[in-house]
Amino acid sequence: MRRFPVWSWFWFLIGILYFFIPLVSTLEFSLRMLKGRYTFEAYRVAFQDPRFYQSFGYSLLWAVITITISLLLVVPTAYWVQLKLPKARPYVEFVTLMPFVVPAVVLTFGLIRLYGRPPLVLTTTPAALIVGYVVLSLPYMYRSVDSGLRAVDIRTLTEAAQSLGAGWGTILKDVIFPNLRVALLSGIFLTFAIVMGEFTFASLLSRPAFGPYIEEIGAMRAYTPQAVSLMSFLITWGSIMLIQWIGRGARGQQVQVGGAR
Amino acid sequence: MAVERSPRADTGPRQEMGDAPSARPPRRPVTWTWLGVVPFFTFAFLFLFLPSASIFVRSFESLDHAFTFQNILDLFQKSDIRSAYRLSLQVSAATAVGGAIFGFLLAYAVTIGGLPKGVRSFMLTFSGVASNFAGVPLAFAFVATMGNAGLITRLLENVMGFDIHAGGFTIYTFWGLSIVYMYFQFPLMVLVMAPALDGLRREWREACENLGGSTFHYWRYVAFPILAPTLLGTAVLLFGNAFGAYATAYAFTGSFLNLVTIVIGAQIQGDVLYNPGLGNAMALGMIVIMSLVMLIYVWSQRRAARWVR
Repeated sequence: MRRFPVWSWFWFLIGILYFFIPLVSTLEFSLRMLKGRYTFEAYRVAFQDPRFYQSFGYSLLWAVITITISLLLVVPTAYWVQLKLPKARPYVEFVTLMPFVVPAVVLTFGLIRLYGRPPLVLTTTPAALIVGYVVLSLPYMYRSVDSGLRAVDIRTLTEAAQSLGAGWGTILKDVIFPNLRVALLSGIFLTFAIVMGEFTFASLLSRPAFGPYIEEIGAMRAYTPQAVSLMSFLITWGSIMLIQWIGRGARGQQVQVGGAR
Repeated sequence: MAVERSPRADTGPRQEMGDAPSARPPRRPVTWTWLGVVPFFTFAFLFLFLPSASIFVRSFESLDHAFTFQNILDLFQKSDIRSAYRLSLQVSAATAVGGAIFGFLLAYAVTIGGLPKGVRSFMLTFSGVASNFAGVPLAFAFVATMGNAGLITRLLENVMGFDIHAGGFTIYTFWGLSIVYMYFQFPLMVLVMAPALDGLRREWREACENLGGSTFHYWRYVAFPILAPTLLGTAVLLFGNAFGAYATAYAFTGSFLNLVTIVIGAQIQGDVLYNPGLGNAMALGMIVIMSLVMLIYVWSQRRAARWVR
């Protein structure tokens, strides 16, 4: 007969409290805008601000652009490395580790000094923000796609398609992509979650994104920032849950660091 | 594999080159396969390597653009810069060790600690979410929790009559920030440790027991040495995770806490150090520390892979 696992329950309980107390507090705080009772006033105020929609839309657009560029950069590269250029793998993996070694603040610093003046001026245009976001997404995108590619026998599939007379377009569209669907969706939703809440690049490059907007109203008002924070958390939460739901049954939990800390 | 066709069978113009082609090694065709990775590496070169290289070069540049070591020396000599590095290192070390220990205990509890199965998947799912909950929203969540009007603050005051903010105490300090960082630190440890603990095979424990070993012996001589690389690797990863953090700290304390990232951020917005070279040297210092973190992490990953099937 096994003893009742007291300590396991104890640590589990502490963990649950650590997870939920800040969330419950945020919810409670956001409902306290009117004195003496709980209302959704803070949410009403948040939804009235036109800049809420502007910054949200801005981040949404940038998330889509980032995801597109990131996919275009990563998928062909990972596929090519897997299929034809295994020698390049260590170099590609090195590059995907770089965003961790060069944190967002440091990268912004370098980008501004380098591309803030002619011949190539980027930092006064939205292009710099996209560059930063794509760099940020590289590790997650590459790791998702790479593990997806390793899970299926890409070489055999490609050769089989070729011997049946398929061209490269058909191979990518009808053979590779369907097999990579889970991996691609994980990378896409993770990038989406990161970009929607990102603060460092957007703030330092003075772009009107959602992250800086939350920070800004935090300096001006009470209660609404918590309401918006909770919405932002729901975006992250939704994205991650979706990833885990899509990837259920697949082995290995993807662990991510860096991101929008 | 492409089979090289014999030149003799070839009816192309190369036949006219004389009659000795079979003696000559077939000319290696020029390969264009590397072209496929050019866009990726061009992007990385332009937007990762060049900015890093520029930081490196400018770290050795004085105010009048001459070569100097002074900026690097200043990193170690100027007291405000030293204190920024000290605080950043302290917060990172504290949350890495704290996150590693707490995360390990949690991972143990939900994997081999005897808790029901549902508890485990719940904990892993939530860890996946929480490890990604960072930045501005996280900072505001903790303001609502333990700030001046936070839930915990009010509960302590109303229920226990204890005002934690009396006597000038504020949460916008080293400890407060560490508590906030812990929110995304320990879930990461849970995510890494849970599969590692699952990987401990029952045969190893049985073998240890058959040889007369106690639970202590098992953990001391079998389980811990196997898990140690994973533990170390993840702990340094947590360290780097906290060290590079900017958004959370900025939203939580403004520029009140003197972290390295905060100083660099301020340097970007306006030359607060009155010396661009010194700003670059600070950034270079971060890159050096993060590179060390990465080296230790990669090394420990290799060690950890030994025991994985």
